Amino acid sequence: MPILGTSLLLAGCGGDLSALDPAGPNAHNVATLWWIMLWGSTAIFLFVSLILCLALTQRGQRLLSPRWLLIGGGLAFPSVVLVALVAVSLALGERLLVYANEAPLRIEAVARQWQWEFRYGDDTNIATLDKLHIPAGRPVDFAVTSDDVIHSFWIPRLGGKMDAIPGHTNTIRLMADKPGTYGGVCAEFCGEGHAIMRFSVQAHEPNEFNDVMQQLSASRAERQQ
Amino acid sequence: MEQPSPVSQIKLHHDLKAIWDTPPGWGFLSAVNHTVLGRRFIIAAFTFFAIGGVLAMLIRAQLATPRSAFVGPDVYNQIFTMHGSVMMFLYAIPMFEGFAIYLLPKMLGARDLAFPRLTAYGFWCYIFGGSILIGAMLLGVAPDSGWFMYTPLSSSTYTPGINADIWLLGITFVEISALSAAVEITVSILKLRAPGMSIDRLPIMAWYLLVTALMMLFGFPPLILGSILLELERAFDLPFFDPTRGGDSLLWQHLFWLFGHPEVYIIFLPAAGAISMMIPTFARHPLVGYRAIIAAIIAVGFLSFGLWVHHMFAVGIPHLALAFFSAASGLVAIPTGLQIFAWIATLAKGRPRFDVPMLYLAGFFVIFVIGGLTGVMLAMVPFNLQAHDTHFVVAHLHYVLVGGFVFPMLAGAYYWLPHITGKVSDHKLAVPAFWLIFIGFNMTFFLMHLTGLLGMPRRIDTYPAEAKWEWLNLLSSVGSFVMTIGFALFVLDIILQVRFGKAFRRNPWQARSLEWATPTPPPSYAFASLPHVESPADWLEPGSLGNDLAAGRGYLGFTRNGWQETLGVGMTDGAPDQVVVLPRSTTLPFWTGLATGTIVLCLLFKLYWLALLPFAVTITLLLCWTRTTGAQSDLGPLPIGRGQTALVHWEAGQPPSWWAMVFVLAADATLFGSLLFGCVFLAMIAPGWPPAVIVLPSYGVMALAAILMIAAALFGRLALRDLNRNRAPTAWLGSAALAHLGACAALVWIIAVDVVDPTQHAHQATLFALLGYAVLHAGVGCILALYGLQRQRSGKLSPIRNLDLRIGKLWHDYAAVAGLVALVAVIVLCWSAGGRP
Ligand code: HEM
Ligand SMILES: [Cu+2]
Ligand SMILES: [Cu+2]
Repeated sequence: MPILGTSLLLAGCGGDLSALDPAGPNAHNVATLWWIMLWGSTAIFLFVSLILCLALTQRGQRLLSPRWLLIGGGLAFPSVVLVALVAVSLALGERLLVYANEAPLRIEAVARQWQWEFRYGDDTNIATLDKLHIPAGRPVDFAVTSDDVIHSFWIPRLGGKMDAIPGHTNTIRLMADKPGTYGGVCAEFCGEGHAIMRFSVQAHEPNEFNDVMQQLSASRAERQQ
Repeated sequence: MEQPSPVSQIKLHHDLKAIWDTPPGWGFLSAVNHTVLGRRFIIAAFTFFAIGGVLAMLIRAQLATPRSAFVGPDVYNQIFTMHGSVMMFLYAIPMFEGFAIYLLPKMLGARDLAFPRLTAYGFWCYIFGGSILIGAMLLGVAPDSGWFMYTPLSSSTYTPGINADIWLLGITFVEISALSAAVEITVSILKLRAPGMSIDRLPIMAWYLLVTALMMLFGFPPLILGSILLELERAFDLPFFDPTRGGDSLLWQHLFWLFGHPEVYIIFLPAAGAISMMIPTFARHPLVGYRAIIAAIIAVGFLSFGLWVHHMFAVGIPHLALAFFSAASGLVAIPTGLQIFAWIATLAKGRPRFDVPMLYLAGFFVIFVIGGLTGVMLAMVPFNLQAHDTHFVVAHLHYVLVGGFVFPMLAGAYYWLPHITGKVSDHKLAVPAFWLIFIGFNMTFFLMHLTGLLGMPRRIDTYPAEAKWEWLNLLSSVGSFVMTIGFALFVLDIILQVRFGKAFRRNPWQARSLEWATPTPPPSYAFASLPHVESPADWLEPGSLGNDLAAGRGYLGFTRNGWQETLGVGMTDGAPDQVVVLPRSTTLPFWTGLATGTIVLCLLFKLYWLALLPFAVTITLLLCWTRTTGAQSDLGPLPIGRGQTALVHWEAGQPPSWWAMVFVLAADATLFGSLLFGCVFLAMIAPGWPPAVIVLPSYGVMALAAILMIAAALFGRLALRDLNRNRAPTAWLGSAALAHLGACAALVWIIAVDVVDPTQHAHQATLFALLGYAVLHAGVGCILALYGLQRQRSGKLSPIRNLDLRIGKLWHDYAAVAGLVALVAVIVLCWSAGGRP
């Protein structure tokens, strides 16, 4: 119940950049992991504080024998928690990779001071600046790189970030569940324009997405004539 | 030699004072005493903390409202870069060094640290380096690429001005001071203790500082190497990090975080050591789990070198590596947690007493535990990829740094200030100060976790109002001002205590460790005579012991030859094995620091040829340091009191300076190892390989260089052998110097003729770096051989007084081994690039 309450509260105040207002499977997994860890940590924090208070007020002496504290509290307890946590997060992390049976679309995200260029599919002629179009419900593999300094490609509501590093190309798979507009930012400090290096993400119905692509390629052809 | 006769307590005090005191007036430049320098380090570090704090206030003022027009991005970038750099390099590290320098000898029952002049030199390097950074900031040309200075943003293409050079050179300069402190702390703990203090009786603080200092010896070299390489790139266009010419910006990240992660434990461990000293005092019970804690800190030391990649989860690391580093990062929570439970157990077993330091320690518990928990969260890869580079991380890092360092240091300030000043206060302001700091801190940073999860990246100077981070940021800013008021109260309280505190006799907290056995405030010589320790040094009776020592009833309760004497002991058993004669006040460290600073300034202003001048001055001054050491005749065993005798240190088997050379070489080898790692990394991972032009080294000249390097080491050994057989080592020393010179020439020839142009491609640049490393070591080897000759001429060598040649031997051997490895590496790198003959 309190979980629900807090998440509603947070969802209410989340902007279009809130990692706590997930709109894709990747971000969903992380949000789940976050809530698990938040409540787990709260419990651990309260537990440690309780033991500290007992120690300071000289109560529960038998419970607080040094052996119990050192072996139980210092070794066994964190080991168990950590093993469980690492297992959960690895599982969630691997799930990030396999969430669709449909072949992913490939989009190149090229960062430079201070803008994002997106090139679509194999036909890299189609490109947009600071505005990303994706189909909803279909996974997209972003090939992220940079023309100058290091940047980082991040759409918080869809999932984790990936650094854009000159000379390297990194891939991250993201998917939007539903059509809509999401915010994107550059997360790695990249100089004076870092704060304004934003982009917006438009997730379309699949047909609509194809239309947008066609329009883009048409308008590009027009401009080239 | 007869035993110096006992004298009265007052006379002993005056005799010792006359020898140990720093001269008044301008003499302050000549201070080498640990009590004086420890205080100076602490004051200077706190001043930098205030500067960093003002910068933090500017940050919070800027972020308080959306679309803030307070400062522009150019200034904002300087502000947060300087805030981070000042706090990490000019506050945290020097502050713990100050505590260590002040307390360590007193906790170990020694009269000073092993290398007082090195302490002073480190202090001046720190002050000059810090001033360069602050000066640049006042002139508006402060570094602005973030405290981790990622390339290529910090390369000359994207940061053409002097800003990044200020960081690279200034911080490296300050690092010299950190490394000298690390060598000094290590050797002092291992050798300069009270007799009887075997390794299992060390005060727990000594264990913490020992592990910390060792971590510094292995943690700082990667950063120093990285800074040198980046400065070489910026100044001379050697493309180590340039992806268009076979370099890789990821190399910088690896080198930086190889330092950067251990760095946070280097900051935390001394604070944890302070906690481990305070808790037993207030619990009135010895520390529970002494051995478990030692195991834990050693484990932390090792683990922390295997975690650096957790700062780089988003750079595109293979999945298996991600899993490994994630698990390892979680693992480090175990030894840290163990210490927390040991402290709780100590409180549970004892009868806790509450006083101001305990209040601040309670603040530490709460904040640090939260920081540790968010740290474990960040170690989980999927979550990290969301939270990384957001204000969530800013919150986390302040929870660990402020919780794990600032709060324990505040507690420590209240705990040890009476020791420094000899006065206690009635704590009128300490309690409200605590609550303001504690509440203000949590208000500032707790909310920041949420700001980060709502998508606010770090290091942005402005944000749109629609982003809905408005309220959180405003509250954070308000909290930070509450916290600042708290710090202001703290400062006021300290000033009041120093000015108006009540004097006390001895040991106001009824602590049980040795530092409270000195008079308070402590005299320059710390102990009038040195104790014999027969039980764990954390649980003595400083009161009665102090009286005995002041009366001269311990070791060395007399003066002789105007020497500053303390005792050296066997590393593990703590049996006295030498009288260490320490150098007296001198301005040499100051001038040497000034000369070193001039080198830095020359490099900053790109006056590279001119820099050779202060460089020569620095070397000359360093050689001058040795003029007063050693003797021209053999002294044999000297009485040390309590019916025992020991050799003076330059006649002893393993004096502090010999060990210092061992540890310097260990740090040097780490730097070399990092360089080898960098070379292999570039050849294997970096884009743009293989290079267009591949170097074909001249094997003949390489063989010659190798033979000369081996010969130099051999001659160094022969010189020592001859000296030991009472024959003049002159010829061998001369040959060693010549062989080193020859090796230099051969190596330079390879650079000039085979490598030709190190700016072409990282391939050439790495070969240049490897060969340059070997040249430098042969050069220093040559100087050391000549130094040996000079010692021989001035009559300071004999079969017993052979220390100088033994230290030289260590260097010659290392130079040969490292040089050979460098040559092999050059060949392997050329072959693997496709240059097989
Ligand atoms: C006195 C109260 C402090 C406040 C209000 C404060 C505030 C801040 C803020 C808001 C940032 C983020 C700047 C940005 O990303 O735009 C920051 C960064 C940082 N702070 Fe603090 N800080 C304080 C104390 C400290 C202390 C004591 C330390 C270390 C011992 C520290 C180390 C750092 C570091 C390393 C960074 C990262 C700088 C960078 O991104 O390059 N801070 N601080
Ligand atoms: Cu960017
Ligand atoms: Cu780390």
